[in-house]
Amino acid sequence: MNIAKPNSYRSGPDERGHFGIFGGRFVAETLMPLILDLEKAYTAAKADPAFQAEMNGYLKNYVGRPSPLYFAERLTEHLGGAKIYLKREELNHTGSHKVNNVLGQIMLARRISKKRIIAETGAGQHGVATATLCARFGLECVVYMGAVDVERQQPNVIRMEMLGAKVVPVQSGTRTLKDAMNEALRDWVTNVHNTFYCIGTVAGPHPYPTLVRDFQSVIGNETRAQMQEIEGRLPDSLVACIGGGSNAMGLFHPFLDDPSVEIFGVEAAGHGLTQLHAASIAGGRPGVLHGNRTYLLMDADGQIQDAHSISAGLDYPGIGPEHSWLHEVGRVNYLSATDDEALAAFQLLSKLEGIIPALEPAHAIAKVMELAPKRPRDHLMVVNLSGRGDKDVPQVGDILRGKSK
Amino acid sequence: MTTRIDTRFAELAKQGRSAFVTFLMAGDPDPATSLEIIKALPKSGADVIEIGMPFTDPMADGPSIQAAGLRALKAGMTLKKTLELVRGFRKDDNATPIVLMGYYNPIYIYGVDKFLADAKSAGVDGLIIVDLPPEEDDELCLPAMKAGLNFIRLATPTTDDKRLPAVLANTSGFVYYVSITGITGAAAADSTAVSEAVARIKRHTKLPVCVGFGIRTPETARAIASHANGAVVGTALVDALKNSLDAEGRATAKTVNAVAELTAALAQGVKGAQQAAE
Ligand SMILES: Cc1ncc(COP(=O)(O)O)c(C=O)c1O
Repeated sequence: MNIAKPNSYRSGPDERGHFGIFGGRFVAETLMPLILDLEKAYTAAKADPAFQAEMNGYLKNYVGRPSPLYFAERLTEHLGGAKIYLKREELNHTGSHKVNNVLGQIMLARRISKKRIIAETGAGQHGVATATLCARFGLECVVYMGAVDVERQQPNVIRMEMLGAKVVPVQSGTRTLKDAMNEALRDWVTNVHNTFYCIGTVAGPHPYPTLVRDFQSVIGNETRAQMQEIEGRLPDSLVACIGGGSNAMGLFHPFLDDPSVEIFGVEAAGHGLTQLHAASIAGGRPGVLHGNRTYLLMDADGQIQDAHSISAGLDYPGIGPEHSWLHEVGRVNYLSATDDEALAAFQLLSKLEGIIPALEPAHAIAKVMELAPKRPRDHLMVVNLSGRGDKDVPQVGDILRGKSK
Repeated sequence: MTTRIDTRFAELAKQGRSAFVTFLMAGDPDPATSLEIIKALPKSGADVIEIGMPFTDPMADGPSIQAAGLRALKAGMTLKKTLELVRGFRKDDNATPIVLMGYYNPIYIYGVDKFLADAKSAGVDGLIIVDLPPEEDDELCLPAMKAGLNFIRLATPTTDDKRLPAVLANTSGFVYYVSITGITGAAAADSTAVSEAVARIKRHTKLPVCVGFGIRTPETARAIASHANGAVVGTALVDALKNSLDAEGRATAKTVNAVAELTAALAQGVKGAQQAAE
């Protein structure tokens, strides 16, 4: 690929929502006026110090930020290379990074007086975060979740219902995250007049990839300051898992223009890249789905293919458009981890550090297990621990006891 | 450039009646039956034929049309075969306009220039691509116009007077007014609201305005057609097709007739409408 290096990796998107050829606004006409309004509302909010101040208040006292940057001493010793730090997003209220973005979007929804919130969810973490903030602000909440994911992430379904949300199991297509997103879009087209679509990752039509990225960038901004305080310098590498790519983008974006920082995104390789998987960059090519152009898993006719991952949160045949661009310009290295590698990492982190990770960041840990031993002891590696594993305990328990695969 | 669409609407205007526009999915329930069904439409009273291009993730469609697309894909339908279907239809009908309707990704993957050339030579007249708003006109709309195909845009209840000019700017053939905010197969809008919306659009354009979404019966078709230049029926025809299939979803001896009969009844409804004043 022959793509000119930009002056800055942080200046995108352009005014039409493009990161290189990626991104855009590929939506039905019914939604177009709405996303133009959302863009205006977001631009105004960003320039309003009161908005930022209110958000910072909730981030501190409701979400519990800043999340710690924790030196994983025993994991570091075990792997015998780079010094590994965990960015503890799993300690946030609701148990993952998803809440950072939901808080921002709910505050936007309030600014534009929308009283009904819809969301799609895979692992249920975005759904739980949305249900939580809707409870907090007294908003109606409907969460679309693939029927397969409703089965494998039961604890989160129960949580959402306790929080007062309506969870709608989606029976169409492959009954996972992509179909939940289709169904949420169908709801949105039908109920545009009163409904705000709270998208859970850095995907969808412009301005969603940008605003979700901005709301998640608190992760990278904190990491930068914390590392400065602890080690007096920048980290040498960053590692994060990728479903749509929001926890990764939140960690990466503040470091994109620091050339000394190596950056690794980890996609889900499922049963392996030659079999069923969810690694859109490793196994896909550019196409158009869910409002943006990006790398997608599809067949020769442009039909979207089924993704597979043990982790419901990574089980999506696409990736956010800014990641596609960062891949093409070569700024971020995209790797992938299989179901089995993630399971091994899940157990290793639990046993060595007393932290049960969600299956999603277990994919990032799996690649840390490969990358860290090859790096010197003074190499500072940060991995985004995007969520905790409580929701996965029943599923992983069954697998480890040989009850299911 | 004049397409079959322009010619057809000019003829209908002379006769003082509205168009009956049908929608069915290409390759539903299988490519051979689908061709027979499409061939039977003009005889049954269809004035313009919309053919869906199957896609795995039709985000603006309700359950009936989603299922139709999946039946077609399961039967091996591809975009190439959809163009072959049109070619097959054109063997005995060189007058009825054909509009392909669907989502952008299969076209993008086929290759825009190649698709436009192949569609034109197969006998396609226009395109309706749900996920290409005017903001993305560079992708397909402008190249399609250059290739001599009409790009028919959807206008919706959320398209206000400020936005209408942008929506209409590169639209040709006709304007498709989506009468509700919602997906295909949802309830119909009432005809007063539709008549006001059509009048509003007509203040901005000389193009014919057809109305779709939610029209299921000859009565609604008549009511809508009296306020617009055309009434579009999709889900009801797709449902009639589906109800004629066997338990495994395969065509039966009844399938072609089931669609043709409903088409004829709906066409009667449209023809009974008083053409709205131009
Ligand atoms: C804990 C956790 N990490 C990561 C993800 C993947 O999403 P993203 O790539 O947007 O961070 C999810 C999604 O559900 C999640 O729950």
